[in-house]
Amino acid sequence: MSPTTERITLAKAINLGMRRALEQDPKVMLMGEDIGKLGGVFRVTDGLQKDFGPDRVVDTPLAESGIVGTAIGLALRGYRPVCEIQFDGFIFPAFDQITTQLAKMHYRSRGRLQLPVVIRVPFGGGIGAVEHHSESPEVLFAHTAGLRVVSPATPGDAFTMIQEAIASPDPVLFFEPKGRYWDKAEVDLDAVGGGLDKARVARRGNDLTLVAHGPTVTTALKAAEAAAADGTSIEVIDLRSISPLDTATVAESVRRTGRCVVVHEAPVLYGTGGEVAARITEECFFHLEAPVLRVGGFHAPYPVARLEHEYLPSLDRVLDAVDRTLAV
Amino acid sequence: MNEPDLVQLLSPTGHRVDHPDYTPRIAHLDAEALRGMHRDMVLARRVDSEATSLQRQGELALYAQALGQEAAQVGSARALATQDYVFPSYREHAVAQVRGVDPVDILKLFRGVDHGGWDPAEHNVHLYTLVIGSHTLHATGYAMGIQRDGLVGTGDPSRDTAVVAYFGDGATAQGDTNEAFVFAAVNNAPIVLFCQNNQWAISEPTEKQSRVPIVERGRGFGVPSVRVDGNDVLACYAVTAEALERARSGGGPTFIEAYTYRMGAHTTSDDPTRYRSAAEEEHWRQRDPIDRLTALLEAEGELTAEYQEALAAEAEVLGERLRAEVRALEAPATSSMFDNVYATPHAVVDGERAWFAEYEASFLADGESATEGAGR
Repeated sequence: MSPTTERITLAKAINLGMRRALEQDPKVMLMGEDIGKLGGVFRVTDGLQKDFGPDRVVDTPLAESGIVGTAIGLALRGYRPVCEIQFDGFIFPAFDQITTQLAKMHYRSRGRLQLPVVIRVPFGGGIGAVEHHSESPEVLFAHTAGLRVVSPATPGDAFTMIQEAIASPDPVLFFEPKGRYWDKAEVDLDAVGGGLDKARVARRGNDLTLVAHGPTVTTALKAAEAAAADGTSIEVIDLRSISPLDTATVAESVRRTGRCVVVHEAPVLYGTGGEVAARITEECFFHLEAPVLRVGGFHAPYPVARLEHEYLPSLDRVLDAVDRTLAV
Repeated sequence: MNEPDLVQLLSPTGHRVDHPDYTPRIAHLDAEALRGMHRDMVLARRVDSEATSLQRQGELALYAQALGQEAAQVGSARALATQDYVFPSYREHAVAQVRGVDPVDILKLFRGVDHGGWDPAEHNVHLYTLVIGSHTLHATGYAMGIQRDGLVGTGDPSRDTAVVAYFGDGATAQGDTNEAFVFAAVNNAPIVLFCQNNQWAISEPTEKQSRVPIVERGRGFGVPSVRVDGNDVLACYAVTAEALERARSGGGPTFIEAYTYRMGAHTTSDDPTRYRSAAEEEHWRQRDPIDRLTALLEAEGELTAEYQEALAAEAEVLGERLRAEVRALEAPATSSMFDNVYATPHAVVDGERAWFAEYEASFLADGESATEGAGR
């Protein structure tokens, strides 16, 4: 093990990535509710206010639109704000600022104004929470031109991607899989990212391509493991970026496997899976052996916690889709 | 119609009114300075009438007049220092002109050739924001940045910096505006929240936005608040100068309600005869902001024939240039719709741009080359 490698959680990886950015650029600052002394409700900003002071790690009023709106102003003045939205379901008061202002300022000003703002959103379910605490609203933002939308699935990606997001001249919606915050992995603390807009082949395979992002990458890898026991070789692609979508990496895989299943926690209707399926159909129609299937949330509000494991794309539901695809 | 209690230094008939706090703030304004304000207001009104005509001729898709609000805009803008920064809504044409923005650049937005129109850094005037109240938060954040830059309370008047956010009475109902007050107050941000209460949010009177006089709203946030006669350019100058001084010195935000009147329609698409009376409009015509400064200059013997002739000539030249230059504004190249969506390459945008170029080229005959821009 190299001395710069450490076994850390995904939450700690984001914390260390932000610490690195705060150290390297005096214009970087963090804003959000309870991110100071408390270190955020998930402790992702733990210890940062103590080391960088209350002017750079700012406990804001409880007003999401105010957080994003003032972050835009700070960015116009040359700062690089990283906003924490406490939970996915609380981003909507800021929806107007994000979609009408943050996304469009560079376009409106014909490139004269850049808004290097990062909005961190703990998202996804599986934590037994009350309403509004388990949602996956990433495509609402991917549908808006001007925003980059990314989601790390591993501690290693979390560490580099948060730094790349902060360094990006474009606004970035950074969706953190909160159900995976405590997953641990070895992280190379000298690693530099390979670009925010590239998908990653998480596992090689030949018979079917499983596409996932954020929390479902782990589910997809477990499905691949289970299928391998039955003699099926599954390739797993971690999208990492929802906008832009790295269609090239997915298409290259599907041309080899001929079969594709897309998995995400967000509802299937009008979701990432639909977009992937459409693009795969356009680009590799004659390589497809079966329709592209989608596994995800239903067209119902996120249910009560006692039912969430039936709502979420579980290992069994993923394997069911894999079987149906292979049966064609 | 009762006049509310407000700061006034110039009566509707053009007589000076003494105010213990604010008269000293205009003591240094000599005849030259007063004529400068008068000129700004007259030229702003000329731009307004030219732009309205251009819209009627089909040269602009839409126009939002500032008619009647010239004193609030010119008085406040003239109190700004070069380094101060302005966040306008979309009716601050006179503010922008005082700051040096070319009216032709302002009209690009209304002609539909540009969403912005000017370089904000050139005049420290941010682009117009069309979503009501959104920019009050940008202004507040910008002011928080100035604090972090250490440019508040240095005591050096060429360095200390403040921000002015302009908005209307309708915007005071928006959540974002209220959040801007919260953020500005708790951060003690160097900002002046300048509301032009022009009595109408399209067709809704101020009573539909607030149960109390709008100025009262600021006090609940802990922000010092003042109501000024918005048709009195001297009073608008004085209260803004005081607020800017407070902001720059570290005293925090101030809320100004400039009590004025939208003499024109909301925009050229509006029809005020459906919701307000001719008598009301006439009442406010008697309080015209330009007339009262003209009356003052005349009474003080400063409205010389030489000045009037020069101003009339300048307005004519401006009007002519505006008509010619606006009519000459062409649609941008079609492919520019893909420009600047992102600051860095984005595969989807790049793919759609390439596809669209191919699609357009497919209509060209062999040997014909694509000409983008003019006439599209």
